[in-house]
Amino acid sequence: MSTHLRRDPNSRRERFSRWADHHRKWLLAAPSVIFVIALLVIPLAWTIFLSFTDAKRSIRRPFSFLGVENYASALTDTARFWPSVGRTFVFTAGALTFQLILGMIVALLLWKPFRGQGVVRTIVLLPLVATPVAVGMMWRLLFEPNIGFVNEMLSWFGIPPQPWLADPTTSLPTLIFVDIWQWTPMVALILLAGLTSLSEEPIEAAKVDGANGWQRFWFVIVPLIRPVIIAAVLLRGIDALKTFDILYATKGKGGGAFHDVETLNIYAYGLSFDYNEYGLASAVLVLFFLMILGVIWLLQMQRKVRQS
Amino acid sequence: MKKKPSAIRVLAAATTAALALGLVSCSSSPDVEDDGDIKGSTIRVTLANHVWTETIKDLIPEFEEQTGAKVEITQLAEDQLSDQYNVKLNAGTDEIDVLMYRPLQENKLFASNGYLADMTDLVNGAGDWDWSDFQEGPASLTSWDDKVVGVPIITERTVLYYRKDLLEQAGLEVPATLDDLEAAAAAIHEANPDVAGYIGRTAKSAAVTQFSAFLFSYGGAWINDDGTSAIGSDEARAAYKFYGDLIREHTNATINPEMSWPEAFAVFQQGQAAFLADADSLYKNMTDPSQSTVSDSVGFAPFPEGPAGSKPYNVAAWALAMNDTTANPTGAWQFIKWATSKETTLKMAQLGVSGARTSVWDDPDAKSDYPEELLEAIKINGKNGVGQDRPLVIEVAKAREIVGEPIVVSIAGGDVDAAVDKANSVFDEFLIQDSE
Repeated sequence: MSTHLRRDPNSRRERFSRWADHHRKWLLAAPSVIFVIALLVIPLAWTIFLSFTDAKRSIRRPFSFLGVENYASALTDTARFWPSVGRTFVFTAGALTFQLILGMIVALLLWKPFRGQGVVRTIVLLPLVATPVAVGMMWRLLFEPNIGFVNEMLSWFGIPPQPWLADPTTSLPTLIFVDIWQWTPMVALILLAGLTSLSEEPIEAAKVDGANGWQRFWFVIVPLIRPVIIAAVLLRGIDALKTFDILYATKGKGGGAFHDVETLNIYAYGLSFDYNEYGLASAVLVLFFLMILGVIWLLQMQRKVRQS
Repeated sequence: MKKKPSAIRVLAAATTAALALGLVSCSSSPDVEDDGDIKGSTIRVTLANHVWTETIKDLIPEFEEQTGAKVEITQLAEDQLSDQYNVKLNAGTDEIDVLMYRPLQENKLFASNGYLADMTDLVNGAGDWDWSDFQEGPASLTSWDDKVVGVPIITERTVLYYRKDLLEQAGLEVPATLDDLEAAAAAIHEANPDVAGYIGRTAKSAAVTQFSAFLFSYGGAWINDDGTSAIGSDEARAAYKFYGDLIREHTNATINPEMSWPEAFAVFQQGQAAFLADADSLYKNMTDPSQSTVSDSVGFAPFPEGPAGSKPYNVAAWALAMNDTTANPTGAWQFIKWATSKETTLKMAQLGVSGARTSVWDDPDAKSDYPEELLEAIKINGKNGVGQDRPLVIEVAKAREIVGEPIVVSIAGGDVDAAVDKANSVFDEFLIQDSE
């Protein structure tokens, strides 16, 4: 009986078991490593590869290596590329600044318990759960210069109708407003989480020392939740840099008739799907990727400097 | 460090192998059994949002009953359809068997990329189906390099939609010339300040096709015979100015600069415009009371004459093609043959979709559903028509953006001459690159 139950240490199963035991950290991590390679590394490597070629019209056509020509033509393009870079950063900075200020105000208002807090929190979070394309379509109708509700509302107060999305000078600020409307709740939620985890003691101590409301906020609360604020800036900043859906849903290909809301994402999309210039589109995307890396690096550096 | 060169070599080898596998860019004749049994097979058809699609969907159960095959439809808006083709056909998919595409926009690009199967032998050997019955102009647009790569399904011309009631109220005749059109638009807008004298497409790329009728009627062209840009001519400049002024000067409304046909039609359907020149294939959007508040008062007229006469476009707007990498070529061909047969085209025509078959146009039964005035306009526009509405190049999307730039500048009231000068030189450069 006992011979039947004892396992043969040299059997294939036992050997595999020993091997798996020795390499378990790799084995357990393998699915996620494969996932990351398949969905991140391969597409990124392919994009970098294409950015050095003259691939256009179809990937099924023969194409040849160009070296850094695509990068050179993108970086010297003052008609579309650099204005797109400018708009990308104006959009991100504009949206992020207001989202942080308004998000902080909302978080402070929701911080202390009050009657009906649950209902108010749910209402505040509503824009966050809406699909960005649907949000874009909705605001496009609301901002329609002739029959839209926004101008109708302004007329009740005797304010003349505004062109909103229909004018190249007002379309980008209008879309920054839409982004603020949709994403301020997310920033508020993150900041609220930071505020809730704060200990009351330092704030009480500041109060005893005679600090007024603003001083308590600026000199006590903000330094204490700085890591949370940086996390919110990173998360929302990267997200705002990548914005595509509301811009495309409201102004279409090319970011409008005068490319007035054409950010880098919209530009790269147009190069790829409209012009079929896959080499140049890839170069623009790689440059965009490097810019995002640069921004993250700057923020991290600043964090380290402050910590040290 | 030592590993690095070998890793690069492996990457390079893998890339080369992927490229070698991917470089299949010649269309080939598919292996098709003309009357082969397709019972139980699935035919995957990708279609655009269009009256034709809505109509064929009602007829498809007949085809399924006849053949025993199942037709699976994917229906998308124009932009999404193009994006879908860019992704799927680029990857050599076999998930599409039959595709609905725009010959003027995509025929050269798709055919030269090897996306479309060569159907020359199939159409020529189809006997009673009769390829020679298709109008020459539209049929030539679905050919490439002397090969037939598509079968036209919808033809269209520019027609002038107008409001009979407003014209009557102003005591005006239907405009016969572009100058009459502008005068009528001005008079109607003056008498009805809430109504725009003229509404048209304003979006840079979308406006190009409808602007072409103005361009041709002014004696202009997109490209000269020697292959250089023709948009810098005096005639083209005059047309750009006329189109922009016509839209801008006779309205109190803020002009939306992103209007394609659905937005422009919506303004007309709501009774807020007196004139609109656009594709006649879209007329049901005007006459259908569920969509249009002016369905009773909409009139149809031939495109007005400009200094060079009346020259609307007359083109094959949509066609059906077979994906070169289809896994079901027999099913795909049988579907195309059925959808473009005389019988189906006749049924389509009776429901208001104008096809490309000569025999159907000659058949009195085919026109029962058309308004009499529209039929007359189609006849005249067909006779005067030009066989293109956009620059006939490979990269049409880019070309449309270039030649469309002066349109938006003109509508916005900007410096048209400066915009034309700039667009002209950019277009010249583009044409050199496009032909390489």
